Amino acid sequence: MQAVKGIDFEVTKGEIVGFLGPNGAGKSTTMKMLAGFIPPTSGRAEVAGYDVARDSLRAREHIGYLPENVPLYPDMRVCEFLRYRAALKGVPGRRMKERVGDVLELCGLRDVERQIIGRLSKGYRQRVGFADAMVHEPDLLILDEPTIGLDPNQIRLVRDLIRNLKRHHTILLSTHILPEVEMLCSRVIIINKGRIEAMDTPHNLRTRLGANGHITLDARVGDVRLAVQALKALAEITHVSTKADGEWTIFSIRSAPGSDPREAIYQHAVQQRWPVRELTRRAVTLEQVFIEVTHPEEA
Amino acid sequence: MRKFLTLLGRECSSAFHQPLAYVVLFFFLVVTGFNFHAGISLLNGSAGTTTMVEAFFNTVYFWFPFILLFPLITMRIFAEEVKLGTIETLMTAPVRDASIVMSKYFGALFFYFILWAPSLLYFLVFQTVTEVSAGGAAGSYLGAYAMLILLGMFYTSLGCLASALTDNQIVAAVISFAAILCMFFVGMLSLLLPATSPLLREVIYYFSPIEHMMDFSRGIFDSRPVVLYVSGTLVVLFATYHVFQSRRWRA
Repeated sequence: MQAVKGIDFEVTKGEIVGFLGPNGAGKSTTMKMLAGFIPPTSGRAEVAGYDVARDSLRAREHIGYLPENVPLYPDMRVCEFLRYRAALKGVPGRRMKERVGDVLELCGLRDVERQIIGRLSKGYRQRVGFADAMVHEPDLLILDEPTIGLDPNQIRLVRDLIRNLKRHHTILLSTHILPEVEMLCSRVIIINKGRIEAMDTPHNLRTRLGANGHITLDARVGDVRLAVQALKALAEITHVSTKADGEWTIFSIRSAPGSDPREAIYQHAVQQRWPVRELTRRAVTLEQVFIEVTHPEEA
Repeated sequence: MRKFLTLLGRECSSAFHQPLAYVVLFFFLVVTGFNFHAGISLLNGSAGTTTMVEAFFNTVYFWFPFILLFPLITMRIFAEEVKLGTIETLMTAPVRDASIVMSKYFGALFFYFILWAPSLLYFLVFQTVTEVSAGGAAGSYLGAYAMLILLGMFYTSLGCLASALTDNQIVAAVISFAAILCMFFVGMLSLLLPATSPLLREVIYYFSPIEHMMDFSRGIFDSRPVVLYVSGTLVVLFATYHVFQSRRWRA
């Protein structure tokens, strides 16, 4: 079975890249391959200059990986667990105290450092997982759905944490929560059925793929048919539909990708002396982009 | 090496973080204590040349818990990591797969040694109370405990292999129990085939842990069982390493 095929991308230092896709798209598989858990059957990936398959140990030293289910040893204490993981990842003894102290501080774990992991709440466990992933100061953090199963407050905390991490680490995170991507990521990779469907900044994706801008004009016009014809004649407008609302008419206008014909519409309305109640452009959300890319037939 | 010791430390301590360890320790003490008592009773009623060490290591009370022990010690070592999902973070940490397998193996072996440590006390007590040597000569102790270590090494490696083969603890326990039982009963075939060729008997004898223990606990050192169990352990650990590594391709 092939989970992902022909995936090709690059992440540069200091970036937060969001991996977006429906369940089963191949997000986790790609991340597992990068983290060195599964070897790729073909192709190659490099982290910090080391090939993840051929020079796996070296590459792994530069990666902090947090799997989706946040695996921890429930029988260990928080600080004990972090010291163990740090030693395993090659943090030298003399820096141990400093590193463990730093991640405890950064992840807000100071007040639970002596507690047994098995007794911690889901939110705290998630943060212990974070602390584990970054205890050896990796260049690349791979976070598989880092906010899944958390309550809204915890999600906010985790997002703040990720934002803070940006300064020192490159981050690759996967999610299917779209607002999260818009809030955090400098670049988005949309992946579907094991292939990359789109890759750009959230803003560019919206303008490029979010395609036609939707404009609503609510005005009182004399003859609706003529008005529609006149609007269609304006540059960049591709489609106009109407809906009557008493003596007012609501025009749904679609324009060419990346264009903004609102000014032209306004000028036309003034010229025609149409009283206007509303002239707005609905911002295309990443959600629409996502649906368009992953389920083109429903868009 | 430092990473291996870190892993080993975790393996050795984690065994004592779970209740099963104490249950096994407790019942093992009860059974070996009973075995020791039975040994003394046996010696009281007979006027042979059998020593206490011989009586202790060659009864059914010794062998029965001995065989049951290994599945209990080893069934969780890989399956637990899979259940917790920590196998993923373990295998993506910058440590060699061989280090992981070896730390698991030596961790289980450490627990096995802990189980047997109190038995040394029995003979000490026996000697101070009765003022009779429990082993006859030092070689008797050395032999018996050397065989205990050799058998432990081999059977623990079988348990490790079983645990690496499956993600289910119970299945792992059943596999290792069956494998160890096979190894154990091969030596008993000679009882079922009394009239067969002396060559066959010779071969079967070479595989019989009962015979090995009998010799060693009398202080008779034989290099053949040492070769058998050390090489067996190495082969099984090598297989375990490859089974463990194949997880990467199966995941």
